[in-house]
Amino acid sequence: MSDDSSGLLLAGVGGQGVILAGMIVADALVRAGHDVKQSEVHGMAQRGGSVFSHIRWGSSVDSPLVPLGSAEVLAAFEWAEALRWVEYVREGGAVVADLRTIVPPGSCTDRRSWSIRYPDIDPDLLGRRTLKTRIVDASSTAAELGNIRAANSVILGSVAAFLDIEHVHWEAAIERLVPAGTEAVNLTSFRAGCEVVEASIPPRPADPDGFPGPHEIDIRHEWCKGCDICSRVCPEYCLEVGIDGELALVDAEACTGCRLCELLCPDFAIAVSPPTENVSRGELVASAGDPP
Amino acid sequence: MTVDTIADSEVEGDADTGIGSRVLLSGNEAVARGAVEAGVLVATGYPGTPSTEILESIADRDDIDVRWATNEKVALDVALGASLGGVRALATMKHVGLNVASDTFMTTAYTGVGAGLVIVTADDPGMHSSQNEQDNRGFARMAGVPLLEPADSSEAREYTTIAFAISEEFDTPVLVRTTTRVSHNRGLVRLGPRIEHPTTGFTRDPRKYVMIPSHARLRRPEMLKRLERLTGYVEASPLTVESGRSSDIGVVTSGIAHNYVREALPDAKILKLGMSYPVPIKAIRAFAESVDRLLVVEELDPYLENDILAAGIAVEGKAFFSQAGELGPDAVRRGFATALALPDGPTIEPAPPTVARPPLMCPGCPHTPPFLALRRLGAVVTGDIGCYTLAALAPLSAMDTCVAMGSSIGMAAGMAASGGAQGPVVATIGDSTFLHGGIPGLVDAVYNQADITVLILDNGTVAMTGGQEHPGTGITLQESETTPVDLLALCRALGVDDVRVVDPYDLGATYGALEAAIASPGPSVVITNRPCVEAPTKVRDRPYEVIADACTACQACMTAGCPSIVWSDETFEGRRKVSIDPITCTGCTLCAQLCPPLAILPTPSSEIEVRTGV
Repeated sequence: MSDDSSGLLLAGVGGQGVILAGMIVADALVRAGHDVKQSEVHGMAQRGGSVFSHIRWGSSVDSPLVPLGSAEVLAAFEWAEALRWVEYVREGGAVVADLRTIVPPGSCTDRRSWSIRYPDIDPDLLGRRTLKTRIVDASSTAAELGNIRAANSVILGSVAAFLDIEHVHWEAAIERLVPAGTEAVNLTSFRAGCEVVEASIPPRPADPDGFPGPHEIDIRHEWCKGCDICSRVCPEYCLEVGIDGELALVDAEACTGCRLCELLCPDFAIAVSPPTENVSRGELVASAGDPP
Repeated sequence: MTVDTIADSEVEGDADTGIGSRVLLSGNEAVARGAVEAGVLVATGYPGTPSTEILESIADRDDIDVRWATNEKVALDVALGASLGGVRALATMKHVGLNVASDTFMTTAYTGVGAGLVIVTADDPGMHSSQNEQDNRGFARMAGVPLLEPADSSEAREYTTIAFAISEEFDTPVLVRTTTRVSHNRGLVRLGPRIEHPTTGFTRDPRKYVMIPSHARLRRPEMLKRLERLTGYVEASPLTVESGRSSDIGVVTSGIAHNYVREALPDAKILKLGMSYPVPIKAIRAFAESVDRLLVVEELDPYLENDILAAGIAVEGKAFFSQAGELGPDAVRRGFATALALPDGPTIEPAPPTVARPPLMCPGCPHTPPFLALRRLGAVVTGDIGCYTLAALAPLSAMDTCVAMGSSIGMAAGMAASGGAQGPVVATIGDSTFLHGGIPGLVDAVYNQADITVLILDNGTVAMTGGQEHPGTGITLQESETTPVDLLALCRALGVDDVRVVDPYDLGATYGALEAAIASPGPSVVITNRPCVEAPTKVRDRPYEVIADACTACQACMTAGCPSIVWSDETFEGRRKVSIDPITCTGCTLCAQLCPPLAILPTPSSEIEVRTGV
């Protein structure tokens, strides 16, 4: 590698347009006269997973991948992805992060504390490294300009402030690569991004109180005819009708007290009641542990 | 993205053709460009990450026959036939695809070729999108076929053209191995002109092309003699490149690993093997004698290391560079730091904790409802290769096995025969995977009367790799209409008496069809009939919304694992209600069908624009 080689990282969630944005950056860098290599991953990662694009440039580039702690800029199209990739940014480098949060369904699974596992939007979470951090509200800016789908161009505008590429190259790259018919709104969005103001971070609502433990399910077996309705509707797969036609409580711990079984039982054979133990909410969150 | 459109970004060169200009190409596009310049006339393969875009990028050329094959073996058969017919031919596949093609591949080394025959294997170290990370350099050695390993897009173009020349000069197929970081790396490539190679015609030569034992016994020594000649070629080949000055340490490497090494040790002497089978042992020995200490840096297996050690040359490699997972600039630097006892670099503060974000079934995926039904039915599910493998993950948790293309049906038959399954045995397989490798399994299930149900998830495309056409869609890679395979008629013709077609968006009907199919003795088939919502066409209907006042926070909708549904900040009896992201919701209706209090309804048309911005 030549010693003048620099790196940039784009990160987001599958479907956000990370790959296209990476192609625009790479194209702009080529127009500015650099040797460029860009690396990304397609395929399964695109199905709602974390997606990234590494870009290296300089007079002569060897590795297409950005080493840890060396990127000039991280552009994150989503907040949790900014945290995931920030270790690639060099001391004194820049992080452009969109306010947008995409909460994966896997973050909504703790049905005891009902706490959503998603980090707060807080620049302090990026760590003790020295960073130039710019948090933008690209979706709102793009929506105001006429197409929320041009949000990525707003982010690229913010990135441009940290890179030494003439605007004519950025704009030529955007015009060539964005979908036909969206050139104008993407260029306007890019220019708006160049001057974008720091977004204000919305406060995070408190988690609900939750219940201290599983609800209690009472089955009156003498009234149950094994019709299977309750076991088919239970969202937590607590109930099962065995081969003998007998209803069994197979996972009592998982009950969240939705009472679907009780409400839908044609024979009034099930009663669900709230837990009686007294456990504080703090203990609940602590016992929920770290996300997987 | 085609090569032709990329040429717009030329910085120099001929304005009309792009020849002579340097353009940004992915490794896959560059392989295709190399084949174009080499005058390839037939190019075929089966989609598979990270190889898929090779054929796609030249599909619009009317001077080349570019086609998807039913599977990789058929692709190689077609390419070999074209080669024997006298035209240069290309077969592309992912690493595990070469397993499927290996039956033909092993014997092509005996027959040799007509015109140039190049096989591209795109390996996936790190398993970004694969079920294993096998190192296909081993296939070259096993077959006795020369192997080229480009390290970036520029070399991908160049090596592909060289591969065709080697193929013809030595009368051998040539394997070109890329890896994910080469295939999906974009770099600058200087475009060259296309050199036409019109057909030289088929020359009858049964002793070369009819591999009956008496002929094959004659061809095997020919292959070994060819390997000797190839060894002589690679020892003096311009593909074996020495660089660097400092003789304290010498590094033998190949492919993308070379670029990581060059970056980590800019001054070290490096011997880069552009052709890594046969291994140029003499060149390596001379190189080893010119340095104080010899290291080998290679991704995955100790393929070069073992050969170098076997030649009695002292070398170290896997002691410092992992045999599992892909290499990268950081892994290579760490390896050298340990090997050379270098001082520690600056400590990098680790990334803060964040949410896990595994890949998911898409919102509106027609594969989701059948897996919900299978979980409720308590089925033991043998799965297959495709997007639907994600049904193995929570909350669907409805798949028990996934091994290889087409394995689901045979495994189901074996599972049923074992008597050890705790529920009905159901094989799930996509339409393209069924055509690729599932049909023989179903024939076997009929032949041996396996008591299984086969669920064919027909979404009319190869979804996992981005929405390619296949023999069931009625459209070819070059967009001409053709006869589609009729899956229903096919299953009946194979002898399955109980074949049902069901709309997977009707959860009750899907459950009922599966329940009935499971109950019927012997093999039965259920085919779902909704297209993929993402590719090749985006399917969008009116988004649905949650009427918050009616939501009882029961979480029934959350059992589908739809990425469009997340918890809201409102609660009912201490549980979180849900909300639907109107931008990503496709309007498939599954959550509405699951909702007991009917709290999920279509968004009123007057509000769609407000909510989605469309």
